[in-house]
Amino acid sequence: MELTDFFTDYTLRTITLGTAVLGAICGMLGSFAVLRKQSLLGDAISHAALPGIAIAFLITGAKDSNVLLLGALVSGLIGVFWIKGIVSKTHLKTDTALGLILSLFFGFGMLLLTFIQKQPNANQAGLDKYLFGQAATLVESDVTLMIIVTAISLVVMLLFWKEFKLLLFDKNYAMTLGFNTKFIDGLISFFIVLAIVIGLQTVGVVLMSAMLLAPAAAARQWTNSLGIMVILAAIFGAFSGVFGTAISASQSNLSTGPVIVLVAAVFVVISFVFSPGRGILFKQIRLIRNRRDLELKKTLYFMYDIVRKHEDISRPHAIKILNNFQGFTKGTLGKLVEKDWITIAGDNWSMTSEGFETAANLYNTNIPES
Amino acid sequence: MNAMVEIQLIAAVTAAACAIPGVFLVLRKMALISDAISHSILPGLVIGFFITHDLASPWLIIFAAFSGIITVILVELIQKTGLVKEDTAIGLVFPALFSIGVILIAKNANDVHLDVDAVLLGDLAFAPFDRFLINGVDYGPKGLWIISVILVITLLLLVAFYKELKISTFDIGLSSALGFSPVIMHYGLMSVASVTTVAAFDAVGAILVVALMIAPAAAAYLLTTHLKKMMVLSIIFGVGSAIGGYWVARWLDASISGSITTVLGLLFLMIYLFAPSKGLIAVLLRQNRQRTEVSLLTFLLHLNNHDSIEERRVAHLQEHINWRKVRANAVLKLAEKNNMITIQDQVVSLTTKGRQFTEKALDYIITNEDEQIEDMKDDFFLFRG
Repeated sequence: MELTDFFTDYTLRTITLGTAVLGAICGMLGSFAVLRKQSLLGDAISHAALPGIAIAFLITGAKDSNVLLLGALVSGLIGVFWIKGIVSKTHLKTDTALGLILSLFFGFGMLLLTFIQKQPNANQAGLDKYLFGQAATLVESDVTLMIIVTAISLVVMLLFWKEFKLLLFDKNYAMTLGFNTKFIDGLISFFIVLAIVIGLQTVGVVLMSAMLLAPAAAARQWTNSLGIMVILAAIFGAFSGVFGTAISASQSNLSTGPVIVLVAAVFVVISFVFSPGRGILFKQIRLIRNRRDLELKKTLYFMYDIVRKHEDISRPHAIKILNNFQGFTKGTLGKLVEKDWITIAGDNWSMTSEGFETAANLYNTNIPES
Repeated sequence: MNAMVEIQLIAAVTAAACAIPGVFLVLRKMALISDAISHSILPGLVIGFFITHDLASPWLIIFAAFSGIITVILVELIQKTGLVKEDTAIGLVFPALFSIGVILIAKNANDVHLDVDAVLLGDLAFAPFDRFLINGVDYGPKGLWIISVILVITLLLLVAFYKELKISTFDIGLSSALGFSPVIMHYGLMSVASVTTVAAFDAVGAILVVALMIAPAAAAYLLTTHLKKMMVLSIIFGVGSAIGGYWVARWLDASISGSITTVLGLLFLMIYLFAPSKGLIAVLLRQNRQRTEVSLLTFLLHLNNHDSIEERRVAHLQEHINWRKVRANAVLKLAEKNNMITIQDQVVSLTTKGRQFTEKALDYIITNEDEQIEDMKDDFFLFRG
């Protein structure tokens, strides 16, 4: 496959555009799911959508993807409301409610699918593409639908941005301000369900939740601002879609959905490790640096303890007398010299007035650190 | 034994084997771990198959169970970094592992006779064809043996560590103070859940495993808060739905695992709606009654505060406390029925009983001391529990 194929090959171009748009909308709305601690809601909804697809097919008997997706939307929403009902009205916890809806709806969907397969209707083949998704079956009208949905959700998100944000971070405050939190809550849930339903055909029931989560979880590591997070998540999602499609198109026998999910997972791993603020790598570096700094200051204070017994603070002392103090090395002494806190002459060290000053104020928290 | 009986036996034993770890998963708020495990055993299975080239090898179960445990460890590692919450960690790990499994299968489609559909959905109908033969003697279906052995092991472990499991489930602090490592209990439970999932998914598929673990336990939890009763109930629910589901599947000529899940779903729905005291209807009724009782109390307090006849007119009251007519009438009737008030010429006055009751309620509200409330509890539902 050549790079130019992306622009010349009609099918590939459609699929790439589709997965990119899908990644973007999932990342965008997934940010809300992740921040609301509803990460696994996506998993439950995507499974809960299956019986809707089957029932829509049973009723209409046609394989029009828009009708099937409408069925998925309805059954996904029923799933969401039942989850909310279980959590608010009984003592069962969220995880149980999610697991229940996920498995029970999916099992029911499977029952219906196997039931449909036994029906004498030649149209029924291919319904199982919703299980694992087949990006290859995307056609232009699907992509158009995706773009329309993305545009609508973008507009709604911008319109309700303030409300969404408030609800995410301080629900009680939103309530006291008189916002209809139930409505806003339902609106967010509705759009999350919508994003999932749109993605079913491409990545399938099982992997849909990762599409929603992974870009958002990756984006979360780079910023503490909701706006930037949503934009970043959309970018990560879109790139996962494009790269995933490219990789799976370049090799035979690679289904697109899993590859997209793995690309998104790579984004997550990179973000976990390398993000400057929260990443594991920089956290570790900061930890080591802080520890060194602490050792350095401990050494300085130990020296200060020796020095202040004498009148002349810059009187030289043998380095040897530091030996019963564990925290110093040649390197730390060098650093102290570098900072002009001490000077070293042969086997002796002497403290500068600057070092004396620093050490004297070391535990005085009122002085801002220079 | 004919195939029909064998299928039902496999389904029933699987349901029982799943119900036991399921109860603890639900109680420990880790229900979704079972979902994660059931998906992420896929790469373990595939790699096990590459090594042994035998789908029936017991190594496959070991590899798969191992990758289930790796999932749990990965989730915990990610969670420990504090970068994301636990549920996000679960949601990140299992799709990635599942994707690896799917890709491994797809890339080697020619020499792996593993089907992703079969892994997810299982097929009970074919389970009896895989026989357990020793020296040519038929000892019944292999799946039945495997899951029975696992059920027995689970039961033995349960009996041996019942007390430790119970304490570490309900009070982690106490259990570590008493010297039972919660970590060991956690990983022990996870290992049992992994092994059970692996053994069960072969027969019933990955999704039904989740249903068999969570749904019976959740339904039982709505009926009792006693651990032993909850376990017995969930085993009964699981086994009952398994057998019921089999007959539904025969009747509809559809997937057995799908119908077992559907029966479980209907069972849960019934219990969710009708469970005494914890079901939806009971909860709604109770909330409604409590609302009325709060209104009654407000009403009595209002009467107690106002002596003038003007303030005590029925019509005026309706306006004053700002209730709608139906509600106001309901409260009035309730108060009159309890001999708290008398109504003469549309003027409401407190009876001695009503006055005493109001004083008591006031005392309670002002002091907020629990002793005051004890005798009120008999007259009044609101203060119970």
